[in-house]
Amino acid sequence: MSANTLTLARQSLLEPAGLGDAELARLMGQLMSGRLDYGDLYFQYSRHEAWSLEEGKVKSGTHSIEQGVGVRAVAGEKTGFAYSDDIVLPALLQAAGAARAIVQQGAASNLPAAFRGETGRKLYLPNDPLASLSDDAKVKLLERVEKEARAQDPRVKQVMASLASTHEAILVVRSDGVISGDVRPLVRLSVTVIVESNGRRESGNAGGGGRFVYDYFNQEDRALGYAREAVRQALVNLEAVDAPAGTMAVVLGPGWPGILLHEAIGHGLEGDFNRKGTSAFAGRIGQRVASEQCTVVDDGTIPDRRGSLNVDDEGTTTQRTVLIENGVLKGYMQDTMNARLMKVAPTGNGRRESYAHLPMPRMTNTYMLNGKYDPKEIIGSVEKGLYAVNFGGGQVDITSGKFVFSASEAYLIENGKLTRPVKGATLIGNGPDVLTRVSMVGNDMQLDPGVGTCGKEGQSVPVGVGQPTLKIDGLTVGGTQS
Amino acid sequence: MSTSVVASPAVADKTSRTRLIGVVEQVLAEAKKSGATAAEAGVNISQGLSVTVRLGEVETIEHTHDKGMGVTVYFGNRTGSASTTDFSDKALHETVRAACTIAKFTAEDDCSGLADPDRLAKDIPDLQLHHPWNPGTDKAIELAREAEAAARAMDKRINNSEGGSLSTHEGLDVYGNSNGFLGTVAGTRHSLSVSIIAQDESGMQRDYWYTVARDAKNLETPLSVGETAARRALWRLGGKKLSTRQCPVLYEAPLAASLLSHFISAVRGTSLYRQASFLLDSLGKPVFSDFVRIHEQPHLKGAQGSAAYDSEGVATQPRDLIRDGILQGYVLDSYSARKLKMQTTGNAGGVHNLTIDPGKEDLPALMKRMNTGLLVTELIGFGVNSITGDYSRGAAGFWVENGEIQYPVEEITIAGNLKDMFRQIVSVGSDVDTRGNIRSGSILIENMTVAGS
Repeated sequence: MSANTLTLARQSLLEPAGLGDAELARLMGQLMSGRLDYGDLYFQYSRHEAWSLEEGKVKSGTHSIEQGVGVRAVAGEKTGFAYSDDIVLPALLQAAGAARAIVQQGAASNLPAAFRGETGRKLYLPNDPLASLSDDAKVKLLERVEKEARAQDPRVKQVMASLASTHEAILVVRSDGVISGDVRPLVRLSVTVIVESNGRRESGNAGGGGRFVYDYFNQEDRALGYAREAVRQALVNLEAVDAPAGTMAVVLGPGWPGILLHEAIGHGLEGDFNRKGTSAFAGRIGQRVASEQCTVVDDGTIPDRRGSLNVDDEGTTTQRTVLIENGVLKGYMQDTMNARLMKVAPTGNGRRESYAHLPMPRMTNTYMLNGKYDPKEIIGSVEKGLYAVNFGGGQVDITSGKFVFSASEAYLIENGKLTRPVKGATLIGNGPDVLTRVSMVGNDMQLDPGVGTCGKEGQSVPVGVGQPTLKIDGLTVGGTQS
Repeated sequence: MSTSVVASPAVADKTSRTRLIGVVEQVLAEAKKSGATAAEAGVNISQGLSVTVRLGEVETIEHTHDKGMGVTVYFGNRTGSASTTDFSDKALHETVRAACTIAKFTAEDDCSGLADPDRLAKDIPDLQLHHPWNPGTDKAIELAREAEAAARAMDKRINNSEGGSLSTHEGLDVYGNSNGFLGTVAGTRHSLSVSIIAQDESGMQRDYWYTVARDAKNLETPLSVGETAARRALWRLGGKKLSTRQCPVLYEAPLAASLLSHFISAVRGTSLYRQASFLLDSLGKPVFSDFVRIHEQPHLKGAQGSAAYDSEGVATQPRDLIRDGILQGYVLDSYSARKLKMQTTGNAGGVHNLTIDPGKEDLPALMKRMNTGLLVTELIGFGVNSITGDYSRGAAGFWVENGEIQYPVEEITIAGNLKDMFRQIVSVGSDVDTRGNIRSGSILIENMTVAGS
């Protein structure tokens, strides 16, 4: 079994900087020298690489190293924040001094007598993906993906593929004495193809990944499978007609279309917006916000998933949080600050892009549990509507509740049958009521292949989504054919 | 509040310049020593302060200090890149080594390499981009508080807030390459914004406003920022869904820039040589309505997108991209130019102060001209396909009849194809938004599909 990730994180972050418990105590003393509720230090060291192929060649590769420490001081609803990209004691003492200036001088806060480790979960191995394959083999993997895509169809004109990974160690030192760490691998392979026929060009995308080393892509034919999937989608789009415009029944396929849940309800259930009363879901715990068939969870504990974490970025062990149970709103996703202010327990959703960003409540893997219907029965029940199976991005205005997500592969349903593919279109709805119009939930729950990145207030973090096939009785489809 | 702010010396002083130039020279020398036939390096440092005040109370005070170095090495026609946030000798050495290692495995590519030496900028004019401002935490809080208070005082339906924010930013960038180019640019960017919530029996609506300037004296007043944010949020209360229809669409100036950004994506060299553009082979052909001129103004003094040279050191030039509706040139860096057997246009890293020439009508006049149609004031989502030009985005705004706003609308989409939309521009407003790198007045489009109930 793996070495303790906390030990590994200490070894890679503190030892090179000569920081032991005595230095951490001194830093914490400097940070907490005013009347503060909470303070923390977030150490991060991450290495990232990306290789990209176009026109049959791996033309470029990049390697980057990011390291630093974020220092945060919290008093009530106030947060002071500073960071340093030099992990040395004088720079950290200076950052602590800047962060703590959020409060006036006052009696020093209580400090822990000793630090105690929180080990968190063991959802993935701490292995380094960058070193898990030779550079030559990374290039060859991309070349095989390219060949596989081109071999599918002579109409394939361009293949672009990229292979990327990150290896990151983080360590959180908190004013309540908890020290917690994580070592996180993340890999991702993406393929985009452009096909052309009779002067018309269309594209298709596929990819996947998770908290693995590169070998993941060689298993179960995954890498080549992405190539075939991207070509399949692009060829479908070559046949697509203009999408309909207007409100109609929409059936969403399983897996990645779960981006619906992320946009329509997920963001609106993040603790910060609800504490401030700026979310359309604020104050609605215990109320019905979805049909009885809907149970939605946020689960940071699924092994190896892109959105999973052993501990969140505040050192809280991750958990499975029920957001909606049988249609009733059960809870919000919390970081430590919003949990304290709302007088509830943190849920392991405190996340940040890097040491240079403040943590806030963020999703991990958000998905809907299985219902009882066969997916065929769901499609068969629609007289006229849209069946959407692949999506690009989405966005939400959490205050008005309006959300969008854009289909990249969709079909018309006519008299219970899929008839023709239609061009991509944006779907728009209202978060607090869209799930009340879910009339059928399938029994084919899938998680997405590991491609999601969520942006909030300028910070990006990897996330997962999932759902079974589901039918929404009325959703606005933004095509051009009225 | 306490005033124990850590003193921040300017990042763009002489000492910093000397230090960063030293880093670039050291990296280029390391690359040469490692056998690279050519190399380029960019180094930057920046610092800033960002404060947010919510409901009159300080919410966050963030002190930012960032630095980074990126290097690209060439071994003949092979390329490798690497970057680091650590400027120690050891880290710089290892970063160059990482780039060199990558270059061993990338493929030969005869279009790769530095910009041609004769295109590098020789005279570097002062574009007046650097106006350091250190208001101190107390003053920053006061300005953010004043802006938020102005919004909250507007109307009793303004009952919640995401806060007023003030941020300052100062940065220094040094770029050098083994053809002897070495340039330094210091710049500042200061902004004040308010995001505010209005509520009535119909529900909650949020809107925001911001002002941004390289010189703080050009910022709008806190009163104006706050009141504009509040007015916008109030206008949105009671939004209705429209029925599905075809109608003219008027993009308010702050959103009209997004249409031009889709145009730029389609004429960027990378999109063209990959054949991933709806404007392939459009040079010399009509792309916009006949009266439209779109041009770059890289040398505007003190503007957001001004630059004397691009991210490869190539001198920038004012030029027309669209004249009389016809496409005059692409947006190219050295690599994509070589792929297309053309010359770089000095656009490595993007366009500079892209401007669509304004017309004479302000927004109310454009509404009169539209008569009946949709005024769009917010867009959400990413439903733009730059290969086909297919466009479908979530929208909110106002329904206009007889040139007058009738009621707010929301939860609708607007759709069309960009090729048609560009050709169907009826008018460009005089109400130019100069806050960003793309400068546009409001844009009226003849006809689009609105999807709703």
